[in-house]
Amino acid sequence: MKTHVTTTINGEEVEFLCEPHETLLDALRNHVGLTGTKEGCGSGDCGACSVTVDGELVCSCLVLAPEAEGKSIGTIEGIADHDKLHVIQEKFLEHAALQCGICTPGLIVSTKALLEENPNPTEEEARYYLAGNLCRCTGYDKIIRAVLDAAETMKGAA
Amino acid sequence: MSEAREFKYVGTRSIRPDGFDKVTGRANYAADLDLPGMIWGRILRSPHAHARITRLDTTRAEALPGVMGVATFKDFPAVSTEEFQSGEGSTALNDLARNILADDKVLYHGHAVCAIAATSEALAEQALDLIDIEYDVLPPVMDVADAMKDDAPLLHEDMFTEGLEEKPSKPSNIALRFELKKGDIEQGFKEADLVIEREFYTPTVHQGYIEPHACTVRYDNAGTSMVYCSTQGHFDVRAATAKLLDMELGKIKVVPSEIGGGFGGKTTIYLEPVAMILSQKSGRPVKMVMDRDEVFMASGPGSATRNWVKIGAKKDGTLVAMQARLCYEAGAFPGSPMRPGVMTVFTPYDIENAFVEGYDVVVNKPKVAAYRAPGAPQSEFACEMLINEIARELDMDPIDLRLKNAAREGTQTLYGPKLKKVGLVECLEAVKASDHYRSALKENQGRGVAAGFWFNIGGPSSVSINMNPDGTAILIEGNPDIGGSRASMQLMAAETLQLPLDDVKPLVGDTDVLAYSGATGGSRTTFATGMATIQAAEDIVRQFKERAASTWNVTPEQVEYANGTVTNTAGDDSMTVAEICAGADRTGGHISGRGNINARGAGPSFAVHLADVECDAETGRCWVVRYTACQDAGKAIHPSYVEGQYQGGAAQGIGWALNEEYIYNEDGRLENPGFLDYRIPLASDLPMIETIIVEVPNDFHPFGVRGVGESGIIPPLAAVGDAVAGAAKINVTELPLSPPRVLKAIAEGASA
Ligand code: FES
Ligand code: FES
Repeated sequence: MKTHVTTTINGEEVEFLCEPHETLLDALRNHVGLTGTKEGCGSGDCGACSVTVDGELVCSCLVLAPEAEGKSIGTIEGIADHDKLHVIQEKFLEHAALQCGICTPGLIVSTKALLEENPNPTEEEARYYLAGNLCRCTGYDKIIRAVLDAAETMKGAA
Repeated sequence: MSEAREFKYVGTRSIRPDGFDKVTGRANYAADLDLPGMIWGRILRSPHAHARITRLDTTRAEALPGVMGVATFKDFPAVSTEEFQSGEGSTALNDLARNILADDKVLYHGHAVCAIAATSEALAEQALDLIDIEYDVLPPVMDVADAMKDDAPLLHEDMFTEGLEEKPSKPSNIALRFELKKGDIEQGFKEADLVIEREFYTPTVHQGYIEPHACTVRYDNAGTSMVYCSTQGHFDVRAATAKLLDMELGKIKVVPSEIGGGFGGKTTIYLEPVAMILSQKSGRPVKMVMDRDEVFMASGPGSATRNWVKIGAKKDGTLVAMQARLCYEAGAFPGSPMRPGVMTVFTPYDIENAFVEGYDVVVNKPKVAAYRAPGAPQSEFACEMLINEIARELDMDPIDLRLKNAAREGTQTLYGPKLKKVGLVECLEAVKASDHYRSALKENQGRGVAAGFWFNIGGPSSVSINMNPDGTAILIEGNPDIGGSRASMQLMAAETLQLPLDDVKPLVGDTDVLAYSGATGGSRTTFATGMATIQAAEDIVRQFKERAASTWNVTPEQVEYANGTVTNTAGDDSMTVAEICAGADRTGGHISGRGNINARGAGPSFAVHLADVECDAETGRCWVVRYTACQDAGKAIHPSYVEGQYQGGAAQGIGWALNEEYIYNEDGRLENPGFLDYRIPLASDLPMIETIIVEVPNDFHPFGVRGVGESGIIPPLAAVGDAVAGAAKINVTELPLSPPRVLKAIAEGASA
């Protein structure tokens, strides 16, 4: 028996059918067609699947799809305003904070959550907040620089 | 090459052309393609490290409604023992087949045995449980030293050691012995005032790319079958799939997805032929995605090694003899990177007397795959640790000791050629002059320095550039963009075409649209594919001139091209590229340029790293507090992505030194196949990684490029290793320097 789920994704109401045991990650990718959210481990260890549920940062591989019922989900596809990139996205590009880019959607979603919680993070705070988002390519240096620069820029704009 | 050349685009930090897609989630990776009618494949894997399969019956699984296909080793047509070259290594075809699906024996925990395709992933998984399989469990061999013993259990009863003077009479787990020598090693040691020897151990590690292996495959009996997958070399995936399944090469199209990391581990194949068999049997497109534990258990690790090194030096620091015996685990099938390990181990040193022997040894672990500078981190770790020890014994600065013996232009390498212009001395001097090197250490901190050498390779690359009628250019390369190669191709093409950067749009082409290109690996892409790009762009510039000349009825020699405009030196005509391209159908058809090369003259890249480590003696935890990575890029085409390679290599090497290792239980089962227990560095584990780009141009590349992708993973093992030795006041001979190992060493030191 499939479960019918009504939820809001990036501000739009969405309905989908899923197996009760399926994860939110699988539902987003396989039933809603939003493949920007990535799977690196399926066990909550890599952060590639980061999304927000009612504003809270979660690993979508650890959330069951039916739990999305009535909630508001935020994914990487909702960060930019159409063609206008979010400051965080711009800073990731300017600082070359991605190489292969598989970790990037998760990191950008997590960074947005970080800066909403703490608009003025120190390097150490940023490193600990993002410790759940693995990147194997960059050694994190340019990612952290992009995050701190984005924070600076967003403060200036506020 | 003129060294004083001024560049307009090369050397700038442009925004990568594929960036928008990658920060918005629009870029498609291996697991992101669904096709109409698509079904899912899953793989049954061995729970044993070493066993004979005595029964395999899929009847019950096939009877499950929704199951549409089964694949086993028997579905491979008879495959030959021919060596198959791909990426940075070669494997016998029948070994490749037996690794993809086990034949009569399983050779490691997680070895694929049988695959099932069904209408959903969950259903395929359920069907795996209905496969009736029985094993006769055999004793496993889990360490290279054990595997080399005379009475060791054999993985392959028909394997006889190659590279010996006489063919051995008994089979062995040693697949190959290989040696290199120069000078007189015994005489060399006689001349030494100080001789130190030691054996070092490095564990099995994984490349750790965040994107698991995945593919979507559609078999087409009449037309072209399609493979969509994440790979460093889609032309090699095509060739391997064709050979393994006895299909026509030209009837397979491999479309490379964006690639979520590879580091050498995606130069081989695992799922693609299996999905092809399942698609053929079911008549449906088949998608397969590995779980993370499958990635760890059954794909790519890098070799564990036991390497013994002996070095002799004079009192003044002159190295007079270097000897090594290097033993590399190949995993279940021959083909460890022992050979490059042997070739690179002593290359940073100008040494007269050297002797190195290496062994390629099979054990009951997954078949190893290339991992960034394959083979070099392990062997050079051993050498560099000893060099630092010699510096301490002689009371010399470790950089001065290296400078005294450094390889430079004209140095005769052990592996063959004399070095051309190289930048080791420049790197050593740059690190010596750095603020980091002169900074003071705090209590419980140690500092380590190490050098690293990697050859870099050239090889075949194809690029085509098509001019649009509006004067913009489409550049098609055959190398998956793993770390910004579209950006560097765009820079090199715009530089040569003298067109605005945004007017050049780089794409990665599939196997149907471009001639063969070797894999993205061996640090070859910016060098070799860069040369093909420059050649294609030069081909276009030549045609711009010809077209304008023919319009003006002058010879091409009478026209000049600069910054997007051709001018007639014999008159005052001029034409822009946009005008030439818009009118191209009147001057002979639209314009495209090609670069098809087999690049020679790859320039080696030396690296020198400096690490400061702090140790908490109570817990044994060690962490890096400051790090500098210096490396010779030849010419940095895009400095940010060059720094990114240095930083990424350093981070992987730091992980290798401090945390990462495969942990097997006594039955040979892998106990840590996940990111929680196989701990790669997190953002909170690392400091900023300072970089120094040295540029000693490679004269064989028009812009001076050397590859930069690999050397950066070599020095961290010894730089961090030696820093830990200093911080924790212990002897370091084994990696990783995880808290339990450090704590034990501290305790042993205290009791000694
Ligand atoms: S896929 Fe969810 S944390 Fe890795
Ligand atoms: S850019 Fe490749 S994993 Fe982060």
